[in-house]
Amino acid sequence: MSLDASIRLTLGPLDLDMELTIEEGEVVALLGPNGAGKTTLLRAVAGLVPFRSGHVRLDGRVLEDTATGQYLPTERRPIGFVFQDYLLFPHLSVLDNVAFGLRSRGTPRREAAEKAGEWLERVGLKPYARAKPAELSGGQRQRVALVRALAPDPRLLLLDEPLAALDVTTRAEVRRDLKRHLASFRGIRLLVTHDPLEAVALADRLIVMEKGHLVQTGTPAEVTERPRSQYVADLVGVNLLQGEADHGIVRLPGGPVVSVAAAESGEVFAVIHPRAVALHRTHPEGSPRNVWQGRASNIELMGNRVRVRIDGEVPLVAEVTPGALKELDLIEGEVVWLSFKSTDVGVYPA
Amino acid sequence: MRSRVSLLIVAAAFLAACGSGGNAASNSSTSTSLSGYISVFAAASLNASFNALGTSFHRANPGVGVNLIYAGTPTLVTQIEQGAPADVFASADTTSMDKLSADGFTMGTSRVFAHNQLEIVVAPGNPKGITKLADLAKPGVIYISEGPTVPAGKYSLQALATAGVKVTPKSLETSVTAVISKIELGEADAGIVYTTDINAAGNKVQGIQIPTADNVIATYPMVAVKGTKNSAAADAFIAYVLSTTGQSMLASFGFLSAA
Amino acid sequence: MRRERVPIVVVVLAAIGAAFFILPLVGLIVRSPWRDAVTALTAPETVDALKLSLLASLSATAAGLLLGVPLAWIYARVEFPGRDLLRALTTLPMVLPPVVGGIALLLAFGRRGLFGSWLDTTFGITLPFTTVGVVMAETFVAMPFLILTVEAGLRSMDRRYEEAARALGASRWRVFTRVTLPLIGPSLFAGAVLCWARALGEFGATITFAGNFPGVTQTMPLAVYLLLDTNTSFILSLVLLVISLAVLVGLRHRWLGSA
Repeated sequence: MSLDASIRLTLGPLDLDMELTIEEGEVVALLGPNGAGKTTLLRAVAGLVPFRSGHVRLDGRVLEDTATGQYLPTERRPIGFVFQDYLLFPHLSVLDNVAFGLRSRGTPRREAAEKAGEWLERVGLKPYARAKPAELSGGQRQRVALVRALAPDPRLLLLDEPLAALDVTTRAEVRRDLKRHLASFRGIRLLVTHDPLEAVALADRLIVMEKGHLVQTGTPAEVTERPRSQYVADLVGVNLLQGEADHGIVRLPGGPVVSVAAAESGEVFAVIHPRAVALHRTHPEGSPRNVWQGRASNIELMGNRVRVRIDGEVPLVAEVTPGALKELDLIEGEVVWLSFKSTDVGVYPA
Repeated sequence: MRSRVSLLIVAAAFLAACGSGGNAASNSSTSTSLSGYISVFAAASLNASFNALGTSFHRANPGVGVNLIYAGTPTLVTQIEQGAPADVFASADTTSMDKLSADGFTMGTSRVFAHNQLEIVVAPGNPKGITKLADLAKPGVIYISEGPTVPAGKYSLQALATAGVKVTPKSLETSVTAVISKIELGEADAGIVYTTDINAAGNKVQGIQIPTADNVIATYPMVAVKGTKNSAAADAFIAYVLSTTGQSMLASFGFLSAA
Repeated sequence: MRRERVPIVVVVLAAIGAAFFILPLVGLIVRSPWRDAVTALTAPETVDALKLSLLASLSATAAGLLLGVPLAWIYARVEFPGRDLLRALTTLPMVLPPVVGGIALLLAFGRRGLFGSWLDTTFGITLPFTTVGVVMAETFVAMPFLILTVEAGLRSMDRRYEEAARALGASRWRVFTRVTLPLIGPSLFAGAVLCWARALGEFGATITFAGNFPGVTQTMPLAVYLLLDTNTSFILSLVLLVISLAVLVGLRHRWLGSA
């Protein structure tokens, strides 16, 4: 079982061009900033958005192919779709919501109700079978939306921001439940999120999208360790530089040279953890090879660390302890020296 | 009684003479004595004839403006009783006049100013070959009538009863005009209306005369309305309608003389 | 909690506005001959008119739902050249004088009408002067209210529910009947009630197209009009008023309840 999609479309400002291959049993998260086209891609896979060229194949079966003009309408695709704000039918009971897909696909009324009841049982919502969706909490609605999509036994489960509609306090708990329920589903699971925590927690593999295009794909560990875009670097909270490697140095666009402890050459990414960046009021003495001057543009307390953004030739973020900051006696707008060791720079091909 | 009526006729004739401009001296004196506006509430069947009478009366009395309001007689009665500013009421039947009078809305006695008679109205060329009242009951003939509260409808019932014809109309229309327009449109085949209505409709419809024995003569009385702000002009208008000039004008529209 | 002070000008103007609507009702209630009420209401003509009114207005509403909902759906969901023009044409009866609507219906569906003459010669069906004609006239005048209300409902509903249903495997028909219709339920209900209320009060198009005959085409408003000079009309008017008022009050409740 696999999903193979290649989709090119233009929708307003969005110019989308994506290839997707997902193997059986995988949970894949489409991660990207707002407007990256994640939801559009998901809807295109579902047949809800027409595309200019490309195809969608599931288990080798063509769902849509612009080359041959084949198009299987959404209602005939073996998919389950969990929408962002769930879209539970407000006029139907919870049980009828869950039974809706079964009934639509021809299951007799009694049998559909029985199966829907079993699904509700599985997510602990049997007592709410007769309730209307409006009477449920956000987390309960999320579970109903999930089992409603799963009840007709789809081959492909699509989830659009499954936790975005929840408030922060319940999100962690619902996320744990969702992970468990997703694990019990055998088919292909593709979810869209802009929340890296959600992506990392739920998915086996991340696909990072920006402006309609693929930026990076890999396991959560691969992606977070080796960010390949400013977006991912920001999400992970590391400094990302891009330049030309040449025997122990990386030449950045515009001239600055970063000394590194790696033998790569060619176009590379260089990643520096903010904790590895040291700050000084005067030019530092000693071993660090990488020293620049800059201006502290933003000082922010993050838990028990302080993040200092420094603008200059090489803009970087440093993370220091509150004690160290006090010693530095640094306020926003002041000039500061920063340094980091060559060995603290991770280098990988761009 | 007789002498009073003749006196009025003399007065009317005098006024009519003034109106027709036969006597220059008295004409000018009448004109200066009458001024303002009068509203004449007249039965729908008087539309064409009263338009002509109003114009002619105004020409004779330039100081007086005449507003003519036409509607079904029962509608006019209701409007007057609810306070519509009428100065003269010209009815298409005596029943409505009696009601208005009994309810205390008239000033003085009403005067019969015209008679009208009924004719069968059919489409031009008389496609259904209708020649008498009994033909209205023939199968395949769509007969429509005015409602029983409309004078023409009431008279139609009387005429049919006199002739011993039993026919159920397909519809009871609100006015003579509605009956004529439906026959004109071909939706109905025949109706019973006033001779004057057939005259007014020109060649759009055709009339079939009803024998005098079966016919009903409609009586048109008129009266000044109580509370009129211009009773002199109101009386003058009534007199004008009763004058020889007025009568001959009504005759030209197919009305029978009041006498 | 301190209540907000309402500006005195607003209160005065609002009071005048309210009085403008309430006083005519009070007039009707005060002037109605209550002693005759029972007689008037149990008269066979009244009962016939009431029965016919209910039958025709409900049929018109059913026809409106059957034909108007698909039209509204097309206006809301399908883009095609001339859509705005078509919408304007199908809502025209809202601004058209009903009598003109009736004449237009005659010209199309009358015995000599464009389509009506074909019906007559081919099937021997004529629509004027029939109860079907009443239903047609009422539908013609009242359906636009339903179309516009339902279209507004369709436009304001969250179409993603339909997508959710499709993603669950629901056919177009199932999406429409199980999701779209229930979700626009309040609009559908409001549209149907407005359509029904308009049909119930319809006069002009009905009398022009279908005519007026007790038990066949004489609905309540026609009976009221033709009885203008009798006390019964007041009572019948009140019956119509009470029905309309009950509907409007109930509708508002329903609207607020589902908002």
